[in-house]
Amino acid sequence: MNLTKVLMTSTALTLAAGMSHGQEMADEMTIVSWGGAYSNSQIKAYSEPYAANTGVKIINDESSAEAVAKLRAMNEAGNVTWDVVDVTAADSFRLCDEGLAMEIDFDEQLAPGDDGSTPSDDFGDTLINDCFIPQIVFSTTFGYRTDLVGDTPPTEICDIFDTDAYPGKRSLEKRPIGNMEWALLCDGVAKDEIYDVLETAEGQEQALAKLDTIKDDVVWWSAGADTPQLLADGEVIMGSTYNGRLFSVIAEQDQPVEMLWDGQMFDLDGWIIPAGLSDERKARALDYVKFATDTKRLADQSKYIAYGPARASSAPLVDKHAELGIDMAPHMPTDPANSKNVFVFNYEFWADYRDDVDAKFQAWLVK
Amino acid sequence: MVALTPISRTEPAFYVPVVAAFGAFFGIFIGTGQGNLILGVLGGAALMGLAAFVLTKLIKVEKAGRWALTVLVALGGLALAGIPGLVIGVFFGWFFGFLSFWLYEGRYRAKIPPYLTPGQVFWHFAFRTICGSIFVFLITPILVVMPLSFNAENFFTFTPEMLRFDPAGYSLKHYRDFFTNDAWQSAMMNSLKIAPVATLLSVSFGTLAAIGLSQPHVPFRRLIMAILISPMIVPLIISAAGMYFFYSRIGLQGTYIGVVLAHAALGIPFVIITVTATLVGFDSSLTRAAANMGANPVTTFFRVQMPLILPGVISGGLFAFITSFDEVVVVLFVGSAGQKTLPWQMFIGLREQISPTILAVATILVGISICLLTVVELLRRRSERMRGMSPS
Repeated sequence: MNLTKVLMTSTALTLAAGMSHGQEMADEMTIVSWGGAYSNSQIKAYSEPYAANTGVKIINDESSAEAVAKLRAMNEAGNVTWDVVDVTAADSFRLCDEGLAMEIDFDEQLAPGDDGSTPSDDFGDTLINDCFIPQIVFSTTFGYRTDLVGDTPPTEICDIFDTDAYPGKRSLEKRPIGNMEWALLCDGVAKDEIYDVLETAEGQEQALAKLDTIKDDVVWWSAGADTPQLLADGEVIMGSTYNGRLFSVIAEQDQPVEMLWDGQMFDLDGWIIPAGLSDERKARALDYVKFATDTKRLADQSKYIAYGPARASSAPLVDKHAELGIDMAPHMPTDPANSKNVFVFNYEFWADYRDDVDAKFQAWLVK
Repeated sequence: MVALTPISRTEPAFYVPVVAAFGAFFGIFIGTGQGNLILGVLGGAALMGLAAFVLTKLIKVEKAGRWALTVLVALGGLALAGIPGLVIGVFFGWFFGFLSFWLYEGRYRAKIPPYLTPGQVFWHFAFRTICGSIFVFLITPILVVMPLSFNAENFFTFTPEMLRFDPAGYSLKHYRDFFTNDAWQSAMMNSLKIAPVATLLSVSFGTLAAIGLSQPHVPFRRLIMAILISPMIVPLIISAAGMYFFYSRIGLQGTYIGVVLAHAALGIPFVIITVTATLVGFDSSLTRAAANMGANPVTTFFRVQMPLILPGVISGGLFAFITSFDEVVVVLFVGSAGQKTLPWQMFIGLREQISPTILAVATILVGISICLLTVVELLRRRSERMRGMSPS
């Protein structure tokens, strides 16, 4: 029967196609990051030059959001397939504490700054634990629709809570971090007392009570891409997200959106190397990280995305955007004009209180 | 079809409320769109009921009346919502003109048997309306995706330009992105490498299992069947986590073979079920006849049994293919970045960067699915025709 023949031929062909899929190359490494524009900036600034210099084949995985869970599973299964992982500072604490990330000797294993400073001086305060190799400073901050906020656009963080002056929906992240601090600040708590207040149950109640005043006007987001979409849609009039996403909405997508830098929440992002790699893979991962976090490479990344380099020596080298040709310095969260009033993510506080406050926040959300 | 039933004009007390009810229903959408549901419902009912009465009793000329209503409603749509409102208005106006006269002239009875009671006539049309509504409900999300994939902006948003049908609001750039972007292309290639091989394995193993399990002398048939079908019943995430740890131990995690085997395991139940169903209608005396004529079991299988159960095998294979092509949970666990499939890439895309390229891919996949199903259906009809099973 003809049909059978057709089926047999296609069978043989698919089998052949399957077999011809060759064995994987030995000299390759898997680099895990967040995807989107952020991964692109890393590929352009670090991975492409590194691959050109060394001939190593780089595979980009975009699983950073599940990094902690996946590294635990890999460790348990005894099969670590990742070589270098991009994580937030908060995740690096958990990975370092659980022994899932390798400890780094910063002065020995990283490149000195271009100005001759040692890595520990050059990175300074951004070195927060023994495993985390800082890469960028980013901030969670607000953007607003210029055409939907009336004649007096918001200028300070507490305008978020002012539903009389700015009626309409706002988008906030579906987790307590950031929201609790902003709520207390706008409820009259002095900035340097916020974390003391937030340690107490009454303080947490106070923050949630303040958030309660705008709860009906909030759209909650969980992925960094949500707020840009909501702003572009005009579904919200203002919303928080990572400053790089807002830069992309404003400068690349040309949407009627402006930044509200006041009260932005600084955070760090960087590399960790998983524990338990073979010596050969460990050496290569260290070599990659040393290259990717030198002064020039960190400055190069800012040509592609609006995140500030973690090294002090990179700041003067921040240049123009690679495609748009606009000056990147004024779009950096670390720019003096933008960072007049900032929060620095309090890692110790959130490491101690995160589970507790998270539970209260989630319970409040469903109320 | 000829008219079965003599038709006569109906009373306003019948058709005006019916038209008004439809007006109220469409008024729900317009009312919600304009921000006032109640006003939409009441306004829709009143306006359309009035229109039906005016058309049939005052204007009476069907053609002119229906044109007038179409133009009127279209202008109303234009005033409310611009160009898209105009298009919807033309449709609404045409529909209500048609509905009014269709009911008024009694044409609705023309093609149904004369002995039906009014209740049965009502159910006849209510049934069709319900079926149509379910169809619309199922298909609308897909239809919304398609125009959005031609968006000129990088968001899931109907821009004002798109709604004005301005060509500048449309572009093929997301399709271009899909065909030129390395990440999407390698994901496409991975899917095309994984799905056919996984399908082949599922079809071979599933068909053999189904044939074996249909033999009456096999012990514990029900139990074996239940175990083989379990990947379909056990929550996917549990299979995925189990496979992850097992495959890690034996060195298959993160390999091409590993993903293919995992997808084959997911596809086998579909093949078993469809082939078992086909085998119910298979006359096993045919295999005995073949053996009687000197054919060995393998020849019998390929020359006699296989052609007869082919429709079941093909539809099982199709399900296995679609399972592998659509699957994201297992591949997230068992695969590594080197085996990133299309659904995985779409999943990442949705979380990290809401880009209409996903919609372009979805549109292409819908097109492929339609082609695939059409081909299978044509093949099935052809084989039925060749075996004289269908009168046409």
